[in-house]
Amino acid sequence: MTPHVLTRSLDRSATIFILIVAGLGVLIPLSNLLLPAGSALQVPTYLVALFGKYACYAILALSIDLIWGYCGILSLGHGAFFALGGYAMGMYLMRQIGSRGVYGNPILPDFMVFLNYPKLPWYWHGFDMFWFAALMVLLVPGLLAFCFGWLAFRSRVTGVYLSIITQAMTYALLLAFFRNDFGFGGNNGLTDFKDILGFNVQADGTRAALFALSCLALILTFLICRAVVTSKLGKVLIAIRDAESRTRFLGYRVESYKLFVFTLSACMAGVAGALYVPQVGIINPSEFAPGNSIEAVIWVAVGGRGTLVGAALGAVVVNYAKTFFTSGPLAPYWLFMLGALFILVTLLLPKGIIGTFNAWRESRKATEAANAESAALEDGVGEPKPAE
Amino acid sequence: MSANFLDRFRAVLLAILLAACFAVPALAGPFEDAVAKFANDDFSDTDEAIGAVATSGNPLAFPIISALQDGRLSADPDTKQVFVTGADGKIIDAATGAAVDKLPDNAAAVRLNNRLRRAVEAALGGLTLLSPDPAKRIAAAQSVFKSHDENALPVIDGALAKETNKAVKAAFAEARAAILLYKSDATELEKLEAVAVIKARGDQEALALLTGLGSDVPPNVARIAASAIASIQSDLQMWSMVQNAWYGLSLGSVLLLAAIGLAITFGVMGVINMAHGEMVMIGAYTTFVVQEVIRTRYPDLFDYSLLIAVPLAFLVAGAIGVLIERGIIRFLYGRPLETLLATWGLSLVLQQAVRTMFGPTNREVGNPSWMSGAFELGQITITYNRLWILCFTLAVFVILLAMLRYTALGLEMRAVTQNRRMAASMGIATSRVDALTFGLGSGIAGIAGVALSQIDNVSPNLGQSYIIDSFMVVVFGGVGNLWGTLVGAFTLGIANKFLEPVAGAVLGKIAILVLIILFIQKRPRGLFALKGRAVEA
Amino acid sequence: MLTKLTHDIATLSRRHWLAATAGLVLGLAAFSNAKAQETIKVGVLHSLSGTMAISETTLKDTILFLIDEQNKKGGVMGKKLEAVVVDPASNWPLFAEKARELITKDKVSVVFGCWTSVSRKSVLPVFKELNSILFYPVQYEGEESERNVFYTGAAPNQQAIPAVDYLMKDEKVKRWVLAGTDYVYPRTTNKILEAYLKSKGVKQEDIMINYTPFGHSDWQTIVADIKKFGSAGKKTAVVSTINGDANVPFYKELGNQGIKATDIPVVAFSVGEEELAGIDTKPLLGHLAAWNYFQSIKSPENEKFIKAWQAYTKNPKRVTNDPMEAHVIGFDMWVKAVEKVKSTDPDKVIDALPGIEAKNLTGGTSKMLPNHHITKPVFIGEIKANGQFDVVWKTPGLVAGDAWSKELEGSKDLIGDWVGKKCGNYNTKTNKCGGQGS
Repeated sequence: MTPHVLTRSLDRSATIFILIVAGLGVLIPLSNLLLPAGSALQVPTYLVALFGKYACYAILALSIDLIWGYCGILSLGHGAFFALGGYAMGMYLMRQIGSRGVYGNPILPDFMVFLNYPKLPWYWHGFDMFWFAALMVLLVPGLLAFCFGWLAFRSRVTGVYLSIITQAMTYALLLAFFRNDFGFGGNNGLTDFKDILGFNVQADGTRAALFALSCLALILTFLICRAVVTSKLGKVLIAIRDAESRTRFLGYRVESYKLFVFTLSACMAGVAGALYVPQVGIINPSEFAPGNSIEAVIWVAVGGRGTLVGAALGAVVVNYAKTFFTSGPLAPYWLFMLGALFILVTLLLPKGIIGTFNAWRESRKATEAANAESAALEDGVGEPKPAE
Repeated sequence: MSANFLDRFRAVLLAILLAACFAVPALAGPFEDAVAKFANDDFSDTDEAIGAVATSGNPLAFPIISALQDGRLSADPDTKQVFVTGADGKIIDAATGAAVDKLPDNAAAVRLNNRLRRAVEAALGGLTLLSPDPAKRIAAAQSVFKSHDENALPVIDGALAKETNKAVKAAFAEARAAILLYKSDATELEKLEAVAVIKARGDQEALALLTGLGSDVPPNVARIAASAIASIQSDLQMWSMVQNAWYGLSLGSVLLLAAIGLAITFGVMGVINMAHGEMVMIGAYTTFVVQEVIRTRYPDLFDYSLLIAVPLAFLVAGAIGVLIERGIIRFLYGRPLETLLATWGLSLVLQQAVRTMFGPTNREVGNPSWMSGAFELGQITITYNRLWILCFTLAVFVILLAMLRYTALGLEMRAVTQNRRMAASMGIATSRVDALTFGLGSGIAGIAGVALSQIDNVSPNLGQSYIIDSFMVVVFGGVGNLWGTLVGAFTLGIANKFLEPVAGAVLGKIAILVLIILFIQKRPRGLFALKGRAVEA
Repeated sequence: MLTKLTHDIATLSRRHWLAATAGLVLGLAAFSNAKAQETIKVGVLHSLSGTMAISETTLKDTILFLIDEQNKKGGVMGKKLEAVVVDPASNWPLFAEKARELITKDKVSVVFGCWTSVSRKSVLPVFKELNSILFYPVQYEGEESERNVFYTGAAPNQQAIPAVDYLMKDEKVKRWVLAGTDYVYPRTTNKILEAYLKSKGVKQEDIMINYTPFGHSDWQTIVADIKKFGSAGKKTAVVSTINGDANVPFYKELGNQGIKATDIPVVAFSVGEEELAGIDTKPLLGHLAAWNYFQSIKSPENEKFIKAWQAYTKNPKRVTNDPMEAHVIGFDMWVKAVEKVKSTDPDKVIDALPGIEAKNLTGGTSKMLPNHHITKPVFIGEIKANGQFDVVWKTPGLVAGDAWSKELEGSKDLIGDWVGKKCGNYNTKTNKCGGQGS
């Protein structure tokens, strides 16, 4: 069964994608760690951290593409799942600080000490264990998505209504996490991490390992998405995307399919967030900002909705553009560039980068086929051999 | 009230009495010395000077004190000369009253702080208790009510006897009651009557006066006062419900104004226009530009600045809307979700463009005089700007409704909203309707910006703070239905304002969002869903 | 044949990928090596877009202006200064990314930047890890003393407590509304103030604490509540730690509901000349602000600075404010420290900075303390009709910034001392570095 799923889900571009990500995931850490600093081929640590961040964004983009590109659920609140995963990891990292915080309190994180928390709130218990935090990374976003999806899909909330209420969800969470009384550090969020599983988060080796891990997670997520979309389940999802009522009338329980894929996608976003936090060193409520979720949807659109490789590529391209434009002499104008990029991609490349590329390849294939056909035809015409 | 203030007040009233009884001519020496103290640039010296000048009985006292209040009193620190610049620009020497051609170069306005400003107000209050202007007499009576200084009693009694104006009379009576309540040698009967008068006034000032009453009053008075406090409090409790309702209406009108343009574009075209907030911002900046031009060129027209800004903002934002539609959205028909992405990009560009053009900081947009201040309705305060915004919003709503109902364009828009393909086959140029609809929606967002500039920041981020709320309103009310938007906006506004005192501003807002999410489960198409026969309509 | 074509494209795209990545890496490396030794680079890490651009853009201009002035004087140690400006776009993870980029890619010697506490918290690990220097110019909640950060803005004892003292003594305020935006700075400041007020005998029922979300724009209910709270027969004042954007609608509502400064004064810690530039200040006459600098303060240094600044920005109306002055002081201190040790090496500069003195713009001399905070005078200003402040009170001398508040339970025994103890959170009770040490 497994080999079958693998061969089915791995077409050429998927293989290429996996090879590239795996290659980068191995080569960049090696180059960073083994080559001497300053040598031309050495990847500086800050680039490792940067690429690690892109990899996490790529996972988030994949999770959005899975529901939007293949099931037509446009979630404008996926950043919420990403941030929840991040918070779960952040809470683990906070507990790992132990008595090394500025106040030296062995149990309470710093922000709780100066806001006079008498004891650890109940929902912080257990996060000192990695397995528990890792479980929560999947469970919290998954559970939220499950409850939210169960309500929404059962009542057949679709289209813009769904998009707007997902936005309301992330906005409500944003406001809630901003509240200091909520017990997650308010606006300052969780920061000043020291260790992850006993390794110093700031050490080059840890960074390289986290990057490699992010690449691995990206590959795994990609494989899961491929497996889903190439299976029979994937066909039903596409049917739902293209004609929801018709699918329902054919006897499929549309809401169950949607709920499954929505929850799966939320778990993936949670994993992305969990990998993101130790690499950027902070998680704060602004990750819940509705704008962030919208931007993540735009990555998918730029790369190509409905093509998994495109989603990941879009995340990297847009974020690289952001990194590039926000420094140097262009810094004051980067929003113009980014805005223009979004407008131009939607206008000129409606299928995104990969989608357009695929279409171009298809059309070349088609013309070639047509050429071959007409050539064959001409050959046929050119050789009118009367039967003898 | 500081003790200082009371002393000053007592002294002022005494001086008025003296002046009234004996018409003592001004004494040159002490008055001039007092005036010279204004030049020391020291708050306690200025304080003494105010007291001395106000009690001097000198005819220059009133001009000096009122000039001090308005920042028209200036002093030369070297020569210790003090000057009054009249409201008409004429300058006189404060000590002598002699006309002066121009201020010395190093003359600076005499500075005040809050404490001195209170002293000035008290001094002016004393000087205006017998003013010919009834409004000033009421203001003076109010300051006596607050200070409840017993030295004012004879003046008040005298004034009360002569007073013919009903409102002023009531104010004097209240002031008198306040004095009697706190006067140690007033009879119990007088005090009981006073409590009744103050209870009848029934506002927060009255409450403050009654709660501030010490324990040294007769037990009867204390008992009656306690029951008066309870009754005022329960009254105020009721009024606070009314007040919450008013705040809710006002918040609702702001939400409606921000959302109404979106309801049109969203309803007719199904476009998630993320740049809608930026249209609001452009309207606000148009107001800023109009006011700048008026400030520099035609300062007299300032009160009309908003009236000029409304059509301009409509045109500017509307024109930009049509441009956007023609330039971008036109190419995205049939792909409504992609307009979300393009308009999001557009909103980034517009924000940064405004930031580059006008700078990142807030811009000042002033309130015209008819939108400043507040009036009391019963025990609630209604600010003029909120009231006007409510009226303005309703007017916009009615006009829009009429337009949709009675004009050809409105008919076409409704047709396109209800069934685009059918409308097209009936010969309606849907693409023209789309362009005009988008322009109309944007234009209305622009005039929303004019109104919002009166209560909020005018900064490049203005639009972003309204976009999510606007979408909530439209979706809650039901896409494609203006009445839904109206009801949605006011429901959310009022619910928010009733939740806020209970849960606090943040939790209140979170609760509203959760309620919207749950509500949409119940009615997936909003409050007023368009009725159609398609499965997915 | 078709398979061959796709194979070609695949190999092509793979080659492209590798080429692009290699090119990127090489390009960045080459860029960072170019003209490394000619200038001293100064990083500027202030948001130029997003919600914080409203406050931070001015600070970027200030640093560019200061660098320009310094270069006119011949630079530092004979080398010209070169500004490296990045835009962290009010996005906190981006702050960390950009800080890392400035330090490792651009090799800046020092960074001037950040406004919000969260942005500082976000870059803090980066500065510690890469051992660089950050000058932070904004008043903040305190409770921090890091080796790599120099805090030139006010700590709570340099702003909040003197302001409350003034109101208590001069205005005889008996009842207090502590209104703030719900984030760490107001929370901590209000906590400190609450403890302080109670130590002065103010009862719990005379303190009202209120928090609002960021960018709160509908102030009707809260202003009405303040009015109600203020009508209890005792003199009432509002201590506002309301942040940036929310201030304009708050003051507009105050003005419209007719709350005058003579009735209920509002003293603000986050409202300066820049913020007032967006409001019609006539109804706000007499409301207060507490800062360590006001544009209206008369001193030769200030007048010279304002003139040069307005000439540099080519805007005769351009205002100055407190965080700008903090940058002026911080920049001057950094220049002096670098010239003292004749090096931009972070370790040497960090060790040299405590004890360095620099003239502030209000006529005094500020000094960098061992806890990396500075001494500052405290001024209380009343808002004037022209959008400026009129100083009505000031501390007799300079106030030393406390990194750790004496009023908070968790931090009352802590001190920061990077000179003697080499520790930011030294516990004077247990004589150990590292917080409570329990």
